Amino acid sequence: MKGRRNVLLAREIGLWALALVWSIPFLFLIVISVKPSAELFTSALKLPSRVDFSAYAGAWHSGHLGQSLLSSVIITGGSVLGTVALSSVAAYTLARRVGRLSVVLSLLFLIGIALPSQLGLIPIYSLFKSLHLTGTYTGLILLNIATWLPLAVFLYTGFLRQLSHEYEEAAQIDGAGPYATFTRVVFPLLRPVTGTVAILSGLLIWNDFFNPLIFLSGSGHTPLPVAVYSFVGNFATRWNYVFAAVAIALLPALLFFAFAQKQLIQGFSGGVKG
Amino acid sequence: MTSQDTRPVPGVSRAPRTTQPAPPRHLPPWAWAVPAALLVLLARYMAAAAGGWYAFTDWNGLSPHATFTGAENFRQIFSDPAARGALLNTVKFAACFVVLTNIIGLCLAVALNQHLRTRFLLRTVFFAPVVMSQLATAFIWRFLFDYSGPINGALDGIGLGALKKTWLANPTWSFWAVVIVLVWQFSGLAMVVLLAGLQGIAQEVEEAAQIDGATSWQRLIRITLPLLAPALAISIQLSVISGLAVFDQVMALTGGGPLGATETLATQVYKQTFVFGRYGYGTALALLLTVLIAGAALIQQLVTRRLERESA
Repeated sequence: MKGRRNVLLAREIGLWALALVWSIPFLFLIVISVKPSAELFTSALKLPSRVDFSAYAGAWHSGHLGQSLLSSVIITGGSVLGTVALSSVAAYTLARRVGRLSVVLSLLFLIGIALPSQLGLIPIYSLFKSLHLTGTYTGLILLNIATWLPLAVFLYTGFLRQLSHEYEEAAQIDGAGPYATFTRVVFPLLRPVTGTVAILSGLLIWNDFFNPLIFLSGSGHTPLPVAVYSFVGNFATRWNYVFAAVAIALLPALLFFAFAQKQLIQGFSGGVKG
Repeated sequence: MTSQDTRPVPGVSRAPRTTQPAPPRHLPPWAWAVPAALLVLLARYMAAAAGGWYAFTDWNGLSPHATFTGAENFRQIFSDPAARGALLNTVKFAACFVVLTNIIGLCLAVALNQHLRTRFLLRTVFFAPVVMSQLATAFIWRFLFDYSGPINGALDGIGLGALKKTWLANPTWSFWAVVIVLVWQFSGLAMVVLLAGLQGIAQEVEEAAQIDGATSWQRLIRITLPLLAPALAISIQLSVISGLAVFDQVMALTGGGPLGATETLATQVYKQTFVFGRYGYGTALALLLTVLIAGAALIQQLVTRRLERESA
C-alpha cells in the first residue's frame, strides 16, 4: 500500500510540474503587464523592480477598452437572451406537440447543427450590407442567435422529453393559459439546460473574433477581441501595454470561469454521458 | 373558437373543461417555433445555399447579377500555388492538432482520473486556456516566441544560445509555433471530454482485470481505450472541426506569413473576400473548406461505426 501511495505522490508532483509549465503564458502576462516601461528592453526573464499599473490605465484609454467592454456585454447579453428565449419556446412546442409539422421543424433544427457556417457567411454579409445591418449590434446579435439556435433547441428538446407533463397539466387545470404555463411553470423547470446553453453560447460569443471582425469592423462598436487585435497592431513592441490590454480582455472570462467552472465543465462533457 | 379548445393536449383531454377558455389573442402553439425556424432557415439554410451557388460565379459582392462561370474558381484555386499551399497547411494543421491534442488530453484524463488529492485544482489549470479568448492568448504566445522574448532568453540562459530563432518569421518553425499554441489552448477540452467518458467506465471492470494480473499498460490498451471509444470519437470530431477552421491564432501570431507558411483556408477566405473583394472566389474557398470539414466528419463517423461493430 505504501508503494502505491508513493506512486500517486510522484504522479501528483509530476502533474504539478506540468501544470506550472502550462501556466507560463499566464505568469508572463501578469509580470509583463506590471513592468515599468523603462525595464521593457532588459531581459524578458527578469522580474520588474517595482509593480507599475500605469500600462493598464494607458491601455484602457488609448485602446478605448471601456467602449469595447460595453460592446462585448451588449453583444453577448443580447445574443444569449435571444438564443434562450427563442430556443426554449421553440423546443417546448416541438417536444410537446406531435404531428408532421413538428417532425419537419425538429429535423430543420437538427440538420442546422451540422450545417457549416463558413459557406453562408459571405451571402449573409452582403445581405446585411444591403439591409444596413453591418456595423450594428442588431445584425451581429441576429447572426449569433441563428448560429447557436439549432444546438440550443436540441439541448432543450432532449431535456423536455424527459421532463414530466404533470406540472404543466396541473397549471393548465388551475386555469393557466399557454403563456403563463410556459413562463411560470415550464421555464423555471428548464433551469439546468438554460444554464448550459447560456454558459456555452455566452463563452463562445464573448471570445468570438471572426464574426465581429467582419460585421463590426470600423463601426466603433467593436467588442474586446477585435479591440485587442487592432490595439496590438498599433502598439506592437510595447508589450506592457499589449499585455495590460490582453489582461483586461481576459479578466471577465477568468472571473466567469471561477464562478461557473463546475457547470461549465459538465456542460462541455455533457454530450458524452447523454 | 380558440386554439385551446381545438388542440389536443396530450394527457389533459380527460380534464374537465371547467376552466375559462383562453382569450382569442392566443396564437396557435406551433407558431411559437416560427421565429426560431425562420431565423435558422434564412441565416443558415438559405445563406449556405447561396454560398454554394456563388462559388460557381464571378460575383463581386456588389452587383445583383453574378455570371455563372462553372468550375472556373476551383480551377484558379488549384492552379494558384498560394491557395494550394493554404489547402495543404489546413490539412497539416488539422492533422497535427488532432493527434497531439487528443494524445495529451488522454494522458491528462487518465492521470487525473485517479484519486489524487489536488485533482480538481489540476483539472482547472489545464482547462483554463479553453475558456480564454483564442486571440488574446495567441498574443501572449507571440511575446513568448519573440526574438528577444523568454524562449530565446531561456535558451541563452542554459547555454543553448545557438538554437535561438526568429520563431515566427521562420517558415519551418512558424508552423510549429501555431501548432504549439493550438495544442496548449485545446488539450484541456479533450481532457474534460475524455474524463467524462472515463467516469462512465465501471471501476469493477478495471479492478477485476487488476486482480487477474493485468498490468496498468494492459488495462489501458485492452479495457480503458475500447470502453472510451465513444468519448474519443466526440473529442476527435470536435478537434477535427476546429482544427480545419483555424483562424484566430494564425491572424494573431503570423497573419499567415512568413511567405504563406501558416496561411490556411479560413484566413484565405477572409483575405480574398473582405480584403481583396473577390466574393465569388472567396465563396469557392469557403465551399472547399466546407467539403473538407464534412468529408472529415463523414470519414470519422464511418471509421467509428466500423470499430464499434468490430469490438461488439
